[in-house]
Amino acid sequence: MLRVDLAHGFGAFRLNVAFAAPPGMTVLFGRSGSGKTSIANAVAGLMRPERGRVSVGDWVLVDTDAGLCLPSHRRRLGYIFQEGRLFPHLTVRQNLAYGAWFAPKDAPREDMGRVVEMLGIGPLLARRPAGLSGGERQRVAIGRALLAAPRLILADEPLSALDEERKAEILPYFERLRDEVRVPILFVSHSPTEVARIATTVVALEAGRVSRIGTAAEVLGDPALAPMGVRSAGAVITATLVRQHDDGLSELDAGGIALFLPRVEAALGNAIRLRIAAHDVILSREVPKGLSALNILPGTVEAVHHGDGPGAMIRLTTPAGAVLARVTRRSADLLGLQPGVAAYAIIKSVAPAPDDVGAIKEAAE
Amino acid sequence: MADWLSPEEWRAVALSLKVSFWAALVSLPLGILTAHALARWQFPGKQVLNGPVHLPLILPPVVTGYLLLLTFGRRGMVGQFLEQWFGIVFAFRWTGAALAAGVMAFPLMVRAIRLAIEAVDPKLEQAAGTSGASRPWVFLTVTLPLILPGIIAGVTLAFAKAMGEFGATITFVSNIPGQTQTLPSAIYSFLQVPGGEVQASRLVVVAIVIAMSALLLSEWVGRAVARRIGGRDAAG
Repeated sequence: MLRVDLAHGFGAFRLNVAFAAPPGMTVLFGRSGSGKTSIANAVAGLMRPERGRVSVGDWVLVDTDAGLCLPSHRRRLGYIFQEGRLFPHLTVRQNLAYGAWFAPKDAPREDMGRVVEMLGIGPLLARRPAGLSGGERQRVAIGRALLAAPRLILADEPLSALDEERKAEILPYFERLRDEVRVPILFVSHSPTEVARIATTVVALEAGRVSRIGTAAEVLGDPALAPMGVRSAGAVITATLVRQHDDGLSELDAGGIALFLPRVEAALGNAIRLRIAAHDVILSREVPKGLSALNILPGTVEAVHHGDGPGAMIRLTTPAGAVLARVTRRSADLLGLQPGVAAYAIIKSVAPAPDDVGAIKEAAE
Repeated sequence: MADWLSPEEWRAVALSLKVSFWAALVSLPLGILTAHALARWQFPGKQVLNGPVHLPLILPPVVTGYLLLLTFGRRGMVGQFLEQWFGIVFAFRWTGAALAAGVMAFPLMVRAIRLAIEAVDPKLEQAAGTSGASRPWVFLTVTLPLILPGIIAGVTLAFAKAMGEFGATITFVSNIPGQTQTLPSAIYSFLQVPGGEVQASRLVVVAIVIAMSALLLSEWVGRAVARRIGGRDAAG
């Protein structure tokens, strides 16, 4: 259990947060300036908070009341930075071994061979960072953090310096970290896609405060909360991969409803997390006919949230889980979309971006 | 080469090499420490430290030599102390020549190393810290290897400066053949006597050869080290 309770002032900005996160991947989610990097810095010991307490299980990193603030190097961290920060004078193998060298001799360690195999960096071991691609560097950075025998792994927007292709290459490794590593991970992000794919727990931050904490489905499915703006709002549902069709589509089962998506590369029976952007969802009061869209989810309107603009965010409860739809207020009024009425959510198969679809390993076991 | 130079000339060359070697070697740890302090530490009176370090660069060498004589001479405060407690004598010995050369070369060495330290990305040192390395370990495992080219440049500069040092040396420890007569002092002496030009020009050739060798060697070593580090700018 990771517990964080911090207060710190930076001029006019005031950080005041408290949260406890269960094991797994905890994502600090918010816009730049919401305080997420300050929290990571305070947890890492790169910044000393005015007041606060940070602990991982019974391992206390900061307790200002007790006058305790461990220096960075004694916090037993694995830190994955945005820009990798590999040591240029060391080979990949030496970079990987760097943190392990400073860890206590009796610390539980990851096996170097297993980590190298998991990250697919075996062929890089003898090389130096200067010759690696951005994605390769970030994989080595993940390995270096894992092999430092950490009690807590921190990742500060580790994907944001990468282009889309590299992001897609690295995201699955964080899914595997979440599912296969027992050390708690604190992941800083401003991307709903990353949150949807990898979060066990989401801590949504706004202006230095926690605005919501919960699972990815809870936080991203809250119509009143759009930490990154309504344009990037979208609910998360979990489905099971049941069939690969010959026409290139994958069939998923979501609470008894069949969903069709472009080919999802995962084993049959695997659980799949899927983010459906709110602006990709069309609502209908009646059973739609003669539509090209393959995915139709029957449900009930649970909440309608009006913002300042012409739009409305509708939360629909369906057998597959909650779905968010962004429609205009005019449509919402015309259709009489009120809490309690029945409606259908229509999603084009090709709508979800490939990055918004990811496998969860533990559910398959 | 031993036949080509007279014993007196040969002594001057050997002495200069010895003096410069020790001047560069002994001032190196102090130079790294000073450069690190100037580049990275935050402390009150940083400018006060900056002053004396650079003073030998801007003062007339004769003044530096005289100040060394006042401080490290037999009657000087530090000189007396060192002789009494450690039996170390600088005055009119080759050790004094090494001290003078070291002091004069120090600002050049510190400058080269300081620039190298400032070029090291503090984020890398931070990454080493969060990986579990304490500050001394961060320095030894990350900073020091990354500034190696700067250290090599600094040592070469210091060595070359020490080889050429004249004013402070002759003021502090005089010009005693076999004791304190370095290569520049010897050239100077030969030029004072009629017909000494031949000997002087032989030494001039030696000085040029040594200086060029030192320069080429340091370029070569520096490039080899930089290649090992592998494109410092490209690495993130």
